[in-house]
Amino acid sequence: MTANGARHAFVTLLKRDLLLAARNRGELINPLLFYIIVATLFPLGVTSDPATLATMAAGVLWIAALLATLLSLDSLFRSDFDDGSLELILLSPHSSIVLVLAKVLAHWLVTGMPLLIVTPLLAMLMAVPEDARATLWLTLALGTPVLSLVGAIGVALTVGLRRGGALLSLLVLPLYVPVLIFGANAVGASAAGLPVTGQLYMLSAFLVLALSLAPLATAAALRISID
Amino acid sequence: MTQAHEAPAQGAAPESLLAAAGLACFRGDRLLFQDLDLSVAAGQSLQIRGPNGCGKTTLLRILCGLTTPENGTIRWRGRALGPRDPDYLRDLRYIGHNDGVKLVLSPRENLRMAMALESGADEAALTRALARLGLSGFMDVACRTLSAGQRRRVALARLTLGDARLWLLDEPFTALDSAATKAVHMLIEEHLDGGGCAVLTSHQPVRIDAAKSTSLDLGA
Repeated sequence: MTANGARHAFVTLLKRDLLLAARNRGELINPLLFYIIVATLFPLGVTSDPATLATMAAGVLWIAALLATLLSLDSLFRSDFDDGSLELILLSPHSSIVLVLAKVLAHWLVTGMPLLIVTPLLAMLMAVPEDARATLWLTLALGTPVLSLVGAIGVALTVGLRRGGALLSLLVLPLYVPVLIFGANAVGASAAGLPVTGQLYMLSAFLVLALSLAPLATAAALRISID
Repeated sequence: MTQAHEAPAQGAAPESLLAAAGLACFRGDRLLFQDLDLSVAAGQSLQIRGPNGCGKTTLLRILCGLTTPENGTIRWRGRALGPRDPDYLRDLRYIGHNDGVKLVLSPRENLRMAMALESGADEAALTRALARLGLSGFMDVACRTLSAGQRRRVALARLTLGDARLWLLDEPFTALDSAATKAVHMLIEEHLDGGGCAVLTSHQPVRIDAAKSTSLDLGA
């Protein structure tokens, strides 16, 4: 009964957040646009030589994806905090951890997933070697959910502050660095024909760790922010 | 403690549902209140009164567990509450200062969310709840197009969903017209008659049968 209720609450909250995103399409497009703009301006601004581009492409795409996620984080709890919905969520008898997970999943579906969809196209534009394209996509597929999950902790801690933006970056960026290192490194290794299973296992471990611990920390942080 | 609490139940006084003892709260380094005791029995409402800034909202937030008091305990049906007690949360309906209404969603979509979060009511109950607060013609328009009073009604419609026994209402009558104020009074009276209890703050006059209401004055 309660498990059913929690599942129903999870699904309803997920649907509501997707519906909200669909009705605020401007917000939805922003991180994706940022990602595309960085990837298209880079060859124009630096060099159009495919060989040079190829060496930087993985890093550039990974950094662009990371910053695009960072840009979109603030919207995760902001409107719920401002209009009082967050109190409703935290006062629900269902586990806040489950509800937080629904919100983060919605955030990833709205920001992380579109990045994944355009990545193959941008990889071609940035002259990523053919062998490394699948690795790039895979590392982003494993890495962007970690970015959303870890970012949620930072947003939850800063949502009560008027100007939490700078603080949020300071809190979250150090935690993003390992993901960036393993992600970009895997693409480089795969372009050089080296095995990348190690890096992929590492990213998978990050994902499992974030999936199990981040919602816990986020729910606790939200409770502090709303006190 | 439990004995001490159950002792008055022997007399004519009805069962006390919500009781708090020794509550103290600071905001920044300003003491809002200390050694505050309160008790609300089934079928009773408690109105918290006092000037702006005396801690009425904070007290309500403490009672529902959003704010942690500096000191003191809260009991629900004689049982001391820990943080986030699911049984207590299931029995509680809190209408805060903010409506918790999403402006791009319709009243129906807003209530559907609230329903999933706090009670298991069905779609028919949802339609009835909105109708009772005079929102029949506005169920499927975006809340953005509604007035402040109508948005407040959307929030208040949550009260009739499910069967929470404790209502915590922070200024429920703000922005409401006289018809809606009357409707909310009726909701509260029905709730009290059904054995529930309510704690509310209001700067508007509250017209609840004197036999069913008590009040608490918070000093400035």
